[in-house]
Amino acid sequence: MEAVTPAAPRSFWRWAVQTARLCCGVPDYDVYVRHLREHHPERDVPSYKQFFRERQEARYKGTGGRCC
Amino acid sequence: MNSVIPKPSAAGKILWAAIAIVGAWCLGVVALRRNEPINAIWLVTASMAVFLIGYRFYSRFITTRVLQMDPSRATPAVLRNDGLDYVPTDKWVVFGHHFAAIAGAGPLVGPVLAAQMGYLPGTLWILVGVVFAGAVQDFMILALSVRRDARSLGHMLRAELGEVPGVIAMVGVLVLMMIVLAVLALVVVKALTHSPWGTFTVAATIPIALLMGVYLRYIRPGRILEVSIIGLVLLLASIWYGKTVNDTPALAAMFDFDARALAWWLIGYGFFASVLPVWLLLAPRDYLSTFLKIGTIALLALAIFLAAPTLQMPAVTKFIDGTGPVFAGNLFPFLFITIACGAVSGWHSIIASGTTPKLLANEGEARMVGYGGMLMEAFVAIMALIAACSLHPGVYFAMNSPGALVGTTVEQAAQTISTWGFLVTPGELADTARNIGETSILGRAGGAPTLAVGMAQLLHGIMPGDGMMAMWYHYAILFEALFILTTVDAGTRVGRFMIQELAGMAYAPLKETSSWASNIVATLVCVGLWGYFLYQGAVDPLGGINTLWPLFGIANQMLAAIALMLATVVTVKLKRERYILVPAVPAAWLVICTLTAGWQKLFDAKISFTAAAQKYAQGIADGKLLPPAKTADEMQRIVTNNRVDMALTGLFMLLVLTMLFFSLRAIVRAWQANRPTAKEEPYVALSSVVHSTAAH
Repeated sequence: MEAVTPAAPRSFWRWAVQTARLCCGVPDYDVYVRHLREHHPERDVPSYKQFFRERQEARYKGTGGRCC
Repeated sequence: MNSVIPKPSAAGKILWAAIAIVGAWCLGVVALRRNEPINAIWLVTASMAVFLIGYRFYSRFITTRVLQMDPSRATPAVLRNDGLDYVPTDKWVVFGHHFAAIAGAGPLVGPVLAAQMGYLPGTLWILVGVVFAGAVQDFMILALSVRRDARSLGHMLRAELGEVPGVIAMVGVLVLMMIVLAVLALVVVKALTHSPWGTFTVAATIPIALLMGVYLRYIRPGRILEVSIIGLVLLLASIWYGKTVNDTPALAAMFDFDARALAWWLIGYGFFASVLPVWLLLAPRDYLSTFLKIGTIALLALAIFLAAPTLQMPAVTKFIDGTGPVFAGNLFPFLFITIACGAVSGWHSIIASGTTPKLLANEGEARMVGYGGMLMEAFVAIMALIAACSLHPGVYFAMNSPGALVGTTVEQAAQTISTWGFLVTPGELADTARNIGETSILGRAGGAPTLAVGMAQLLHGIMPGDGMMAMWYHYAILFEALFILTTVDAGTRVGRFMIQELAGMAYAPLKETSSWASNIVATLVCVGLWGYFLYQGAVDPLGGINTLWPLFGIANQMLAAIALMLATVVTVKLKRERYILVPAVPAAWLVICTLTAGWQKLFDAKISFTAAAQKYAQGIADGKLLPPAKTADEMQRIVTNNRVDMALTGLFMLLVLTMLFFSLRAIVRAWQANRPTAKEEPYVALSSVVHSTAAH
């Protein structure tokens, strides 16, 4: 079931970091890199810096987001 | 899936029976003990028991029978996995993310305002509302979206109800958002009026955020935790230095503003924050406020559990008759409008059909995230209610009543409030203000300051110290202001995109989001829309909250009604008519509440916008000045504002009725059909996608 196993955090700390980042619209970088390597080996793997910038822009692009 | 409900074990049966007995006992104490004040722990325990039982039994019934969630079915996160937006994610991470997205100022503010009727009405509505309406809405919309490629509420409405109702609902969402932004910004204005300490700390968040933005982009890219800790330390330093600002007359004068000036500052801030590049101001504030929001909620929980305060507010006050000073109107329907987030919030349907459905790794987890997340939010609302009700009722009413009713000095306020049956001395009011480092606590409506005083007193009780209460108060104010302002700037940006999309239909170049000119025009329109209502609230003689909060409540519950109507339509379309009552009863209740509240705001002789407009128009015709207006211009402004509010109320009612019509039509058609007509994506077995790389 590897491909559908969710990005399970290994410890409470990992869980907290992953949740905190996701709350800011930044998904797990390691998971993304693994996804690229597995499914799109032809594409360049962005650095964390590039990845972060892209996600930061994307978060505030569309609708949705947060509650009152 | 053929719902297989495992037979509960004997130990399980005993455990749930015990929870039910404890819950019933605590609820009995909360509801029936009248002559002596009760401890908040009774309320906390009763709520937890209700939430546990609601989750264990009702949400399981919904997941197995009504929605028939199927753990063997592949979710959009699995099917479209791209590592960015669609990512199968651990359920606890999704839960944390979902809760952080739905929790905001709403569940903290509404219950505080509703406390004017006593703690019992608010508690009962939160408990019953969340189990049968709020959590049902969040869960069902999430489940619907998961079955539809994680599509948004607007898409689902268009697909299941038709093009026209879909577009109508989206216009409703835009108007709702403008009201949300205005009313939340007004809460900040109310908290900061003539409060140099508070204004200084909130102003300090702007340079702190700019610094964080630069740090995050150029110095240590993407190190969110690091930069958030730096930001937090700087914020705490600004709270500490705020005392010096407050005590130094020359500095204090620089940060001492009236409501009108603060409204203009906020409007200007909203404009710049949403036009500037997001990394500079918007994003870093967002990070800080997200973490502090969770931290503040945790602190509130800790304070309540450790301090275990006694509720000083009576269980039910005389204001259930509709004569209350905080908001006007009878218990029905206005209690159900005032506590929106916390019991049921339409806004959540946007989040439940936003990022969350793109993260669920398994359909079986939707219950915990959707239903469970909303129960957590209701718990926050209960805690806010406790904090407000643990205050001296005299202090509560002094803070939340408009100056037009209780006067503008502590002597007048104490006298008026004592005649209501809440004995309080001018000295007590003055002492409270001094303890929290403010010159006055009068006229601080809007919930945030009341909650801050409540939290400060609870925390001070646990950790006493000279002058510490003022620190706690400003800490609470700063963090509430911070996450409200983040909603304001992010909301302005979202509103701008929505306006550009709508305007783009009429004139294509306006849709161009990379064009500076069209960005600025759309942002100005957006800021103008919420700014109008904010300014109106800031100069409103009745304090603004009194007028704007019911509008916000009506709009938010209207959206919840629309979301639940969609859930009802889909339930019938799936040919599961026998479960129609699950979404239909809360939908009908919300339709009744919003329409009744709207009707009374239009036609009631005492509390309607129409009556107020007529009274002041008559005054102008007679050449008289009616207090609190001091000039003919102010008279005219009151008339205009009330007419705008009338139009808006009428618009909301029309929207609810239109959506009700389209929903009923869809229900009748689906009922007559002899096969399921819902537009779900086809079933794909989770096991078939395991090693496939077919997605995208």
